[in-house]
Amino acid sequence: MKRHQNLLMMLAVLVLVAVPLWMVQKPAPGPDGTEVEIFRGADDQAKDVIATLAPGYRPWFKPLMEPPSGEIGSLLFALQAALGAGFIGYYLGVSVTRSRMRREHNKEAQC
Amino acid sequence: MHIMEGFLPVKHAIGWSIASAPFVVFGLHSINKRIKEKPEQRMLLGVAAAFTFVLSALKMPSVTGSCSHPTGTGLGAVLFGPAAMAPIGAVVLLFQAILLAHGGITTLGANIFSMAVVGPFAAAAIYRTAKTARLPFGLSIFLAASLGDLLTYVTTSAQLALAFPDPAGGFTASFVKFASVFALTQIPLAISEGFLTVIVLNALARFNPQELKEMNVVTAQEVQG
Repeated sequence: MKRHQNLLMMLAVLVLVAVPLWMVQKPAPGPDGTEVEIFRGADDQAKDVIATLAPGYRPWFKPLMEPPSGEIGSLLFALQAALGAGFIGYYLGVSVTRSRMRREHNKEAQC
Repeated sequence: MHIMEGFLPVKHAIGWSIASAPFVVFGLHSINKRIKEKPEQRMLLGVAAAFTFVLSALKMPSVTGSCSHPTGTGLGAVLFGPAAMAPIGAVVLLFQAILLAHGGITTLGANIFSMAVVGPFAAAAIYRTAKTARLPFGLSIFLAASLGDLLTYVTTSAQLALAFPDPAGGFTASFVKFASVFALTQIPLAISEGFLTVIVLNALARFNPQELKEMNVVTAQEVQG
């Protein structure tokens, strides 16, 4: 039952990611021919809201280091995710083996 | 929920840094104490940090047509208590601020406050309430992780609304605008985070029941069920 439940939840996450991709349609280009971007970062959109609320506001500090391109940025994000996923995978792998060995050990002790 | 570098007025930037600092310091103290008492929990603390690393790197699309990311702080808040997540969240945010120009040094305090203070504290409180109400284990975790995630983004909206009140409608009108960017986008992502957190905790409860029992996360009864 538990495994069934986990599988269903993974499926639900996939659906939650896939549905927006399928649902959100790209609007037609504006009158001046500029493409409308979709799936921009919410952080970026917040910047636009600030620009409308306080048109005079200028950021007073620049990032110390910016990834030289979007590719490098995605490399660093992938690295961040890979480090985390690697560690979780390692720990779960150790835990699975340890719990199996414990079970086998107990079985032997009973015999 | 990352407020971009330089996008908070100086006073706000300093104010949020002062507000976050004690949580980070106290969190470090509580982690140190815990590791000294129970060194075997070190690996599990690593898992909590790793989960935040993964989830905050995943930018997912939302029905609003924009992208955002989950926070992953609910898992650690349930396992180790909310205080422990402040320094862990701070490390993740610092990594992104320095290397990725995502968030920033001047907005670090505000970002720590939303992601690593409000989120985890909300998650832990919701988990405790759900347990008292005798909700099933999975549902309690789901509610804690997803609502903690959502509240992080509500906090970011409030922080920006405080800094940039609407010329006509003041704080409230501005909050509605920022929340429609952040909180609305976050709803499906928060649900995803809830599911992912339950999946990881199900695995931990199955393969590490002893540790989780010691940490008072699950009872013996729940492990068997």
